[in-house]
Amino acid sequence: MEAQKRDRGLLYIDTDECKGCGLCVEACPPKVIHIGERLNHYGYRTAVYAGSGCTGCGICFLVCPEPGAITVLRATSPQVGAKRAPAAGVEGESSCASN
Amino acid sequence: MSSELTSDYTVVHTKSKAFYERYERKDDLQHQTHFCPGCGHGNIHKMLASAIEELGIKDRTILVGPVGCGVFTYYYFDVGNVSAAHGRAPAVATAMKRSSPEGIVISYQGDGDLSAIGTAEIVHAANRGERITVIFVNNAIYSMTGGQFAPTTLIGQKSTTTPGGRSAATEGYPLHVCEMLATLEAPVYIERVGLGDNKQITQAARAIRRAVENQVRGVGFSLVEVLSPCPTIWKMTPVEAQHWVRDVMEKTFPLGVFRDRTREAQPLPQQKPAPPLEEIPGILGVADADLPEGNAHAMEGSREVDLQVRIAGFGGQGVLLLGEVLAEAGLDAGLEVSWLPSYGPEMRSGTSNCHVRLSRQPIDSPLVAMPDVLVAMNEPSLRKFDASVRPGGWIIYNGEAFPREYERADVHVLARPFTRLADELGDPRASNMVMLGALLGIADVLPQASIDAALRRLVKNPRWVALDERALDRGRKIYKEAHEGVLP
Amino acid sequence: MRKQLMKGNEAIVKSAILAGCRAFYGYPITPASEIAEAAAFYMQRAGGVFLQAESEVAAINMLYGAAGAGVRAMTASSGPGISLMQEGISYMAGAELPCVIADITRGGPGLGNIAAEQGDYHQVVKGGGHGNYRTLVLAPYSVQEMADLTAQAFELADRYRNPVFVLADGFIGQMMEPVAFPQTATAPVEPEWAVTGTAKTRTNLIGSLHLDIDEMEAHLRAMEAKYRHAEQYETRAEEWSADEAEIVLVGYGIVGRILKAVTAEARADGLNVGLLRPITLYPFPTMHFRRLAEHARLFIVVEMSNGQLLEDVRLALNGARPVEFLNRMGGNVPSHHEVLDFVREWARRTGVLRRELPAIAPEEERMANV
Repeated sequence: MEAQKRDRGLLYIDTDECKGCGLCVEACPPKVIHIGERLNHYGYRTAVYAGSGCTGCGICFLVCPEPGAITVLRATSPQVGAKRAPAAGVEGESSCASN
Repeated sequence: MSSELTSDYTVVHTKSKAFYERYERKDDLQHQTHFCPGCGHGNIHKMLASAIEELGIKDRTILVGPVGCGVFTYYYFDVGNVSAAHGRAPAVATAMKRSSPEGIVISYQGDGDLSAIGTAEIVHAANRGERITVIFVNNAIYSMTGGQFAPTTLIGQKSTTTPGGRSAATEGYPLHVCEMLATLEAPVYIERVGLGDNKQITQAARAIRRAVENQVRGVGFSLVEVLSPCPTIWKMTPVEAQHWVRDVMEKTFPLGVFRDRTREAQPLPQQKPAPPLEEIPGILGVADADLPEGNAHAMEGSREVDLQVRIAGFGGQGVLLLGEVLAEAGLDAGLEVSWLPSYGPEMRSGTSNCHVRLSRQPIDSPLVAMPDVLVAMNEPSLRKFDASVRPGGWIIYNGEAFPREYERADVHVLARPFTRLADELGDPRASNMVMLGALLGIADVLPQASIDAALRRLVKNPRWVALDERALDRGRKIYKEAHEGVLP
Repeated sequence: MRKQLMKGNEAIVKSAILAGCRAFYGYPITPASEIAEAAAFYMQRAGGVFLQAESEVAAINMLYGAAGAGVRAMTASSGPGISLMQEGISYMAGAELPCVIADITRGGPGLGNIAAEQGDYHQVVKGGGHGNYRTLVLAPYSVQEMADLTAQAFELADRYRNPVFVLADGFIGQMMEPVAFPQTATAPVEPEWAVTGTAKTRTNLIGSLHLDIDEMEAHLRAMEAKYRHAEQYETRAEEWSADEAEIVLVGYGIVGRILKAVTAEARADGLNVGLLRPITLYPFPTMHFRRLAEHARLFIVVEMSNGQLLEDVRLALNGARPVEFLNRMGGNVPSHHEVLDFVREWARRTGVLRRELPAIAPEEERMANV
C-alpha cells in the first residue's frame, strides 16, 4: 500500500440509518459525500463517503437528521499525512457494521 | 471500527449517549427514527441530546413531549419521559419543575402545539418565569395531521385548510412567538434560530445548548424557536426545504436573540426545607393541643336543645359573624351545630343571611326553613323572611318600630333601634352583638362561659371584645326588660 | 380529637395536606374558591406547591405534571371549570395518574348560577372526557365527611392510579360545622413509576399513547379490571333505618341531609321509611339497592338535578321495584315539607300503612353517621 497523505478527518455512514435525504451531501465543505447507487433495505439510496478528503469539520453530522447515521472522527496524531486512512465507508467495499 | 483507527482517530461526533442505543419503545425499525427524510425534528433531537450529554444531566432530565410529529420523544431520549396533551406541555412542565426543582425540565413543542392550542400555557409559563427550557419547532404547518394551516403558516402558503394560500384577511398574520414572549418581563433567554444552512444549523445547536444550560444554572425561562424544514408536507426535496427555511421562512421569522438576561439572571434562593411531619397538624391549626377544651360540662343535664335561627341583613352589618359566634358558642358548649351562609354575588350585592342550628342531636338538614328566631337587621330582610318564622317563634327586628304589615299574631316580636343602642355603647357596628344578646336571652340555651369563649376566639381585637361584651349584655337586658316572664 | 368549626372548603385542604398532598393547582370559581385560598395559605407552609393557573385547562395539566412527578396533588373547581378540566382528566386516567379533584357544584348548564345544584353528576360520575375510563367519586354530606372523604380520596387515587372526585355542592362547601382531624400527618411517598429527574426514575414514562391496537386494548382491559376491583371493594353507602323500610329514600350530598330529616319525621308519623345515601357515586352502591329491594315496595329518588342520579338508581334496581322521582333545580333545594308531602302521597298510592315504629335511638343515629 502506497504511503499517502492522511486525512484530518474520517467519516462513517450507517446505511441502515441513512434515509438518503442528501443534506450531508449539500453541506459537506470538501464535497466528499455523495448519494450512492445502492439501495439499502428500506429502499433508500444512501449517502456514501468518498473514502478520502474528510476534514473532520463535523457539519455533516449536524445537518444529518438521524441520530446515529453519521460518525465523524478526527486525527489524533499531529503527524498528519503519515499514512493513508483505511478506506472505510467506500461504497461496496467494507462489510463492517458501520457501513 | 478497527483498533488501528481508534489509535489514530478519535470520535468527535457520533450518536449521543442521551439517546437510547436501540429504540425499544418503537415497535419496528428500532435503529431509525420515525421522521421523514430531511425532517428538522431529527436535527433538533440531536442538538438537544448533545446538550444533555455534554452538560452531564441525563439522569436529571425530564423531557415533556408534545402532540404532533414530536410526540415520540420518549422513543429516543434516554431520560425521564412525560407525554403531554396537545399544547399543555408548559403546564405539565411547570408542575414537574416545581415539584422536582432539581430536575431539568424541557418542554418540546411544535407550532400547532405551542402557538395555537397551547398559546395560553406558553404565555403564562413564560410570564411566570418558570425555570424550564422550551424547544419550539416551527415548520409553519400542521404536519402530523397532514398539512393543515398553523398560526405560523406564511402569507400565501398553501395548506389543506387554506387551499388558496393563507390570506391575512381571513386567517390573520403569522404569529411571532419570540417577539410576543419578548414583551414579557420574566423570560431570561429567547432566540430564534433556523435549520436553513450550515451556519444557521451551527448557531441552532449553540442556542439549544445555552437554553438547557440556563436551566442547569437555575436562572429561568429559556425558549429557542427553531425554523425547521418539513419536506414531506411542503412537497419539496430535503435540500429545497432547507433552502426554503433560509430564503423564504426567515423573511417572515427573522432570526436572532430577542431576550438575553442570562448574565444578570439569578437562580432562585434555596427552598426552605419542608417542615417535619409532626409539625403539620400544628401548621394547619388542627392540633388538639391548640384547640380549646370547651365548656360542655356547663351544659350537663338532659335539657333538649334544638334551636334554628335565621339571621339576615345587609353586608357589613355583621350578619355572618353573629351567626358564627352563636355556632361557635354552641360547639364550645358541646352541642351539634351548623352554620350555612348565603354566598357569592348575593353577599356582594348587599343582602346577606345565614342559617344556624344548635342541637343536642346530630343535625339533619343545615337549612333553616322555619326559624325559631329570625334576626332581621333591616326591613328588606324582615320582608323576605317574616312569613317563614315558626308559629310561637320570635322576630328580633332592628328598627324604630315593627312595621304593621308584617305583624303576625302567632309570633313574638322584639323590635328596637339596635344600631342606635350600639352607637350609644360606642360603635354602631356592635348592633349585631346587641341583637345576639337579645337572642341569647330569648333562647337561653348556652352557658355564659361558652359565649365568652366564642367571642374571644372570633374577635381578635381586645377593644372590640370589650365592646361586644357590653353589647351582648345590653341585648340581654333589653330582652329581659321587654319580655320578662313571657316565655317559659 | 377535638372539634372545631370550619367551612367544608377549608376542611378539604387541611385534610388533603394531612393526607400527604403537597401540590395544589387551581383557578378561582364560586363556590369553590375558598379551597384555593386555603391551599394558597397552607400548602407552602407545609412544604408543598400552590399555584393559581391561567385556566382550569392549565390547572388540570399542572396536576398531570405534579402527579407525574409522584406528588399527591389536587385541584378544586365547580361545574364550568370541571367541564374545562375534562381533557386533562381523560389524559390522567389514560396515563394512570392519581389525583384528587373537588367539585363544589353550582347551577348549569352554561354560566348557570352559583347556587348549589347537583347537575354535575353526569360529567363527574360518568366521566365527561373522552375514552374508556371512569373516575371514582365520593360524595360527602357534612363538613366532617369533606375531611374524611378527601383523605380517603387520596388513598383511592393512589391505590387505583386514577383521578378521584370529591363531589360536593355549594352548601357543603360553604357551611361550617364541627370537624375533627387526625393528629398525625401521612408522609408523602414517591411512587416508583414517577418521573422526578433522578437516575432511578430515568427509565420511567408517563403517557397515554398506545398506537398499537392490541396494546391499547390490553391497556384498556387492565383499566377495566381495576374498575371492577373498585366496584367490588370500594363501594360505600349509608343506610339509615333502611333495613325493613317499605319506602326507601335515595339522595346524596346536601339532599341526604334533608332526607334524614324527612325520614325521621315520616317514621314518627308511622310510615316505614328509610334512607339510602350513596357515598360513592362511582362505584355505585348497586348491591345496597338490590338488598333493600327485597323488602322495599318503592324507592324515591330526590336530587337537585334533572334525573341524573335517577338513571343510576334505575339501572341498579333493574326494574325490581318502582322508582319515583322528586327534583328541584336552579339552586332550589327540595324542602323538607315538599319531600315529606311527596312521601306521604306515594305511601298512600302504594298502600303503605301507618303503624307504630320503634324510634331511632340517638346512639344508632350516631353510629349511622360514622
